[in-house]
Amino acid sequence: MKKLFTLFFSLLTISGFAAEPAEEGGKFDPGQMITHHIGDEHSWELAHGATLHLPVILYGKNGLDIFSSSNFYDEHNNLKPYNGYVKEHGHIYYANEAGEPIIEKNSEGEEHHVGPLDFSITKNVASLFLSVALLLIVFFTVAGRYKSNPGKAPKGIQSFFEPIIIFVRDEIAKPNIGPKYERYVPYLLTIFFFIWFNNLLGLMPGGANLTGNIAVTMVLAVFTLIVTLFSSNKAYWAHIFKTPGVPVALLPIMIPIELVGILTKPFSLMVRLFANITAGHIIILSLFSLIFIFESIAIGPVSVAFATFMYFLELFVALLQAYVFTLLTAMYFGGATEEHDHADDMGHGDGGHY
Amino acid sequence: MELVTPGIGLIFWQTVTFIVVLFLLSKFAWKPIMASLREREHSIESALRMADQAKLEMQALKAGNEKLLQDARIERDRIMREASEAGTAIIEQAKARANDEGTRMIENARQAINNEKKAALTEVKNMAATLSIDIAERILKHELRDPAAQQALVTDYIKEVNLN
Repeated sequence: MKKLFTLFFSLLTISGFAAEPAEEGGKFDPGQMITHHIGDEHSWELAHGATLHLPVILYGKNGLDIFSSSNFYDEHNNLKPYNGYVKEHGHIYYANEAGEPIIEKNSEGEEHHVGPLDFSITKNVASLFLSVALLLIVFFTVAGRYKSNPGKAPKGIQSFFEPIIIFVRDEIAKPNIGPKYERYVPYLLTIFFFIWFNNLLGLMPGGANLTGNIAVTMVLAVFTLIVTLFSSNKAYWAHIFKTPGVPVALLPIMIPIELVGILTKPFSLMVRLFANITAGHIIILSLFSLIFIFESIAIGPVSVAFATFMYFLELFVALLQAYVFTLLTAMYFGGATEEHDHADDMGHGDGGHY
Repeated sequence: MELVTPGIGLIFWQTVTFIVVLFLLSKFAWKPIMASLREREHSIESALRMADQAKLEMQALKAGNEKLLQDARIERDRIMREASEAGTAIIEQAKARANDEGTRMIENARQAINNEKKAALTEVKNMAATLSIDIAERILKHELRDPAAQQALVTDYIKEVNLN
């Protein structure tokens, strides 16, 4: 199993350079290529020519519609309308008789396309399922090892993940949350490994930029917010509505600030993860684009050298961002469950609790 | 703008999937893993504690042994001292008694010798007296065979009587 992992990680590193796209005909547009790569799609282009058409699930005025995304392409791989829907720039809209998206005007008179709610299994969703399957397989295996050899020293995959699990428990949860840390360890572990695995899968060639998608980071941040609010105690709210050491006259200013603070914390989590991962992808893709912009083979080695460096940096960032997200989440939980705030952090939870 | 607009589809799938993963991993992975880790930590801790305790017990045992040995040594010394004292006392006593006995025996012997000597002397004296009387008798018998001599002697006696 250990060998398999080494192979897995080395594959991840080596084949990353194959990720650059081949534009056929026309002027190369790096901006479009990069946007296309970090965005979402209705089909998964594993390699050039090897496209996996994913199911499209739509809900709107026609009710629930489920069909393959291959229906949007004719035999020459050109877009075509299907079943009253038309795909344009990765979005699905209602089509008129001419096969053009229907245009509606909103109250301010701006023109925009209208479409059904799109619950499609897009590239990102498929990647999400893949990562989840991987997570479940890996950690069920690890849990199985604990059952099959109880009380013994860890072996194989178990010994790879055990230090990480213990790190999350002892270095993230314990010092930041305090005595009630044990309740939050499962959530922290899940969020840590979810982000880390998806960051790494995103770095795989052909992989989806899942953790660099704001919808995903938003959901994760909202979960953290919900858990924080549900585990908050009296002291947490007292800190917000009657911040200790603040004169009463200042409270009308302090209370709105503190209330906004509740939301800015998960917002920062959302943006931090999204921006870090997306930026990494953009940098690597930009470095590869240089070859095509200069249309010179001489730039290749330079570009590849920089991209390799960036790739290793991204492997580190993948772990770092998972750690930062988990750490800050633990701090917010700690701030919400603390009985008496000794830390000099004005209730923001990011002061030293060590 | 496209990049920072969350899509409803992904939000939906991410929420559903994350809840499912959180539930499955918490129940079937983290719970047994954390329990095993805790158990192992406890067993290691208790093993260490037991080792410490065993060490302390060993030390106590060693100290006890030492004390026992010390006691035994003291006891042995005491017994030996007492024995040697007793031996000396017995020897002293025996010597004293032997001395006394010797002295007494010498005294007895001396007394016996003295008595014997006295008896012998008395016997010698008696014998000497008897012998003297015998000798005197014989001399007188011999002297007074002649009647003239007898006359002379009587005369002598008479003379002496006259003087008184």
